[in-house]
Amino acid sequence: MKVTVTISLKPGVLDPQGRAIENSLLSLGYQDVAGVSTGKQIILDINEDDEARAIQKCAKMCETLLVNTVIEDYEITVEREDA
Amino acid sequence: MNVAVITFPGSNCDRDIITAVTDITGKAPSLIWHKDRDIGSPDLVLVPGGFSFGDYLRCGAIAAQSPAMDEVFEFARRGGMVMGICNGFQILIETGLLPGALIRNKGLKFVCRNTALNTHQSGKPIMAGLEDGQKLIIPVAHNEGQFYADDDTLKKIEDNGQIAFTYTPMNGEADYNPNGAALDIAGITSENGRVLGLMPHPERMMSAAVGGSDGRIMLRAIIEASQS
Repeated sequence: MKVTVTISLKPGVLDPQGRAIENSLLSLGYQDVAGVSTGKQIILDINEDDEARAIQKCAKMCETLLVNTVIEDYEITVEREDA
Repeated sequence: MNVAVITFPGSNCDRDIITAVTDITGKAPSLIWHKDRDIGSPDLVLVPGGFSFGDYLRCGAIAAQSPAMDEVFEFARRGGMVMGICNGFQILIETGLLPGALIRNKGLKFVCRNTALNTHQSGKPIMAGLEDGQKLIIPVAHNEGQFYADDDTLKKIEDNGQIAFTYTPMNGEADYNPNGAALDIAGITSENGRVLGLMPHPERMMSAAVGGSDGRIMLRAIIEASQS
């Protein structure tokens, strides 16, 4: 089962990369850009048929290694293979 | 006097710290590979700088999960003294031995230069050999050295006297804080004051030939504190 973890910085944590991208977009003339934030995505292939269990396992991985919950938030989404 | 130095794939300050410790104590520290579960019975564990595991995922995150760091965690919980420098500081934070986080420098650039540090002794055992207000010139070299914590954690760190070193102006310059660290924090201690992490590299300031010997003063004080 394909499980995707989307990691973003918690609100209030300085995102210098986002700020640099925002400044660059503004200087290119994209004046509608009101904010940019960066994050990362980790895509896991888990040998598990049960969706709830896959999410549960993945959440544990997030808390142990994948995410630093001091500065980051995460969201887990599951993509069903038969879909 | 037994000092243990933990090394990971990508550590690159391990040799410098071994030379520095040997120079100060007259005895070479033991080198512990990250896969080892036996760290011996050291007086002090040093976690050196570098780019453990290529800084993949987050700086220090993968190293923090290694067998040797499991042992260091238990050693610290039993009251052992541990010092982490630069990537070593990042690793100690990722193991949960120290609070907060170290994020990308505010200026988005790798910073490599001397910094002036103000010492906050605060009655912490690992800081016992240093004096409150002692000014030390020690270089930094990092990309992710901006200390960050939420306001509650920062207040707790401050109230508990866990701020060990802060960046301070050398000659009144405005950009004395090299990375935008909260409260100008360069280094912090654990609540029990026996675990220390800092971004600056004392092992790179060991003699006049390399620009000064304040690093030797710092390291000697910490090694001596770990013996008492």
